[in-house]
Amino acid sequence: MSDTVIRTVGLTRDYPMGGEVVRALRGVDLEIPHNEFVAIMGPSGSGKSTLMNLIGCLDTPTAGQYWLAGTEVSRMSDDELAGVRNRQIGFVFQTFNLLPRASSLHNVELPLIYAGLKARDRRARAERALAAVGLADRMDHKPSELSGGQRQRVAIARALVTDPSIILADEPTGNLDSTTSEEIMKVFEELHRTSGQTIVMVTHEADIAKHAERVVTLHDGRISSDQLKAA
Amino acid sequence: MPLYEAILLALGTIRAQKLKSFFSLIGAFIGVMFLIAVVSIVKGMDKYVQEDFAAKIFGINTFTVTRRPEVQFGEVSDAMRRAWRRRPQLYDEDFQAIRAALPPQFLVAIESDNQVEGVAGTKSSSYIQVSGVSEDLFRIRDYKVESGRLFSTEEITHGRPVVVIGRDVADSFFTGMDPVGRTLRLAGFPFTVVGVIEKQGKVFGISLDRFAIAPYTSEIKKVVNPHKVVDEIIVKAGTLDSMKIAQDVVQGIMRSRHHLRPEQDNDFSLTTQEDVLSFWAKISKVLYTALPLLVGVSLVVGGIVIMNIMLMAVAERTREIGIRKSLGARRRDILAQFLVEAATLSTTGAVAGIVAGLLLARLVKAVSPLPMGVSPMSIVIGILLGVGVGVIAGVYPASRAARLDPVAALRFE
Repeated sequence: MSDTVIRTVGLTRDYPMGGEVVRALRGVDLEIPHNEFVAIMGPSGSGKSTLMNLIGCLDTPTAGQYWLAGTEVSRMSDDELAGVRNRQIGFVFQTFNLLPRASSLHNVELPLIYAGLKARDRRARAERALAAVGLADRMDHKPSELSGGQRQRVAIARALVTDPSIILADEPTGNLDSTTSEEIMKVFEELHRTSGQTIVMVTHEADIAKHAERVVTLHDGRISSDQLKAA
Repeated sequence: MPLYEAILLALGTIRAQKLKSFFSLIGAFIGVMFLIAVVSIVKGMDKYVQEDFAAKIFGINTFTVTRRPEVQFGEVSDAMRRAWRRRPQLYDEDFQAIRAALPPQFLVAIESDNQVEGVAGTKSSSYIQVSGVSEDLFRIRDYKVESGRLFSTEEITHGRPVVVIGRDVADSFFTGMDPVGRTLRLAGFPFTVVGVIEKQGKVFGISLDRFAIAPYTSEIKKVVNPHKVVDEIIVKAGTLDSMKIAQDVVQGIMRSRHHLRPEQDNDFSLTTQEDVLSFWAKISKVLYTALPLLVGVSLVVGGIVIMNIMLMAVAERTREIGIRKSLGARRRDILAQFLVEAATLSTTGAVAGIVAGLLLARLVKAVSPLPMGVSPMSIVIGILLGVGVGVIAGVYPASRAARLDPVAALRFE
């Protein structure tokens, strides 16, 4: 169990919608070991975003359990979850979600601020993370001064900077052209290969999913297939 | 997040949204500006009235006897006005009686004023403050001549046409020459200038040097104290205690001269420097009572504005809040961020208000005779109010921000 990062048992999430209840997830059992690069696929409405939010500790399940790095997080309070997100999870979003007025460096420092690091340490680590994604020369640029690919690299640096247990990427190439998408996927592959980073990536593009070692497909709130790519 | 970083962040946000920030600052700004300006002016007046005005105009250990009250505060009813109008006049004989009753170490004088036309050579002016006085007035006012002399007891007894003038009168009628020995026609009567009083300066911007003083027995009596009716009798004592005794004596004399029965009120007024001071104290009390109201209204309005601006900011920055939460910001981090932002806004307003208030007080001082006195306490209160208004106005928007659901906030466009 020690090398299992994510383990969910019967993970269920219902949303009340008007008078009805939308059952977005209907019992997902998933185990992701350390160092794995997993793609979660599925058509829209299949529940992959819901699963992503639950794995990312942004949301809590209606039923079922979820252990992240050996700790059950499915019954934690908001602030405890915030701490878990801060230490264990690095998010990469489709829309980058950088603070528009802040420099690359400040954006990458942000999670470290909430981790309570001193300014000097934060700066050093943020610089290292930006260098790791090839943006050492773009530290003082604001998001508006960067290309889409560069913005996503800043976001990856921000996800990496806390040295999290998992990187959670939600359609990371959804807003990028195919060349840039390939570039970003190379960054993920590189991260995975060199530092053994666990990566969970939600995508609906098969081209992108093929970069992963394992593809989990959701359908109607359940896992419909779970394939390991031949090494 | 440490406080100073939160403040830096807030300042960055304020800078980024200048116009919006300006509007949110304005309430705290105006409130604190009023606070500082009014306190500075009132405090300056306070000092002025106590140190300058009362002593200069009135004199220490001095009281006056007049027909009507010299200072009156609050609503004066028509009935009171009519009662004052029915009061008997003060006469030269009243002065003589008081003078005779008080020992010689008490100074007793009469003074009656009027505005008259003055003419000297080719120069004329319609508004010369001319007084008909008796001898002790010079000592009560502590007037000293800078050239010439004061007029004598004998000149008063015989009603000689002599006049002592203030510096401004000397300057305007006798530019570039020595006025002593020259003729100044007052209300058509020729007077010989015998002396010029040294410069007295200004009180509330009004020159104390635009006057002419003649014996009350001279021709000037026709315009200032006709039929021996005088404006006021002034008594100066050596000490406060002896002044109080003198007041009792004078009151007794006046009551018996006016044939008042014991149950009847005085039909004349005694006024001391204390009365002038307490009159001022009443005015400043009203100002100090009105001030918190004025400041309070501005701050409440300012607080509401800040609250609305912050609610707008929370709505606009929902996504930012979502991002911060996804990166590990706890509720209290978000709460603190918006609270600090609101407090920084209002404190910035308050600081600007302090600067503007001081400038305003300075401006008032420059263009009007009102003085200013800066109160460090009002500055401290101003800043505390600024912080307080921001925090209070920020609580609701900040707690809304803190409670946002991260998933919904991240999805927000």
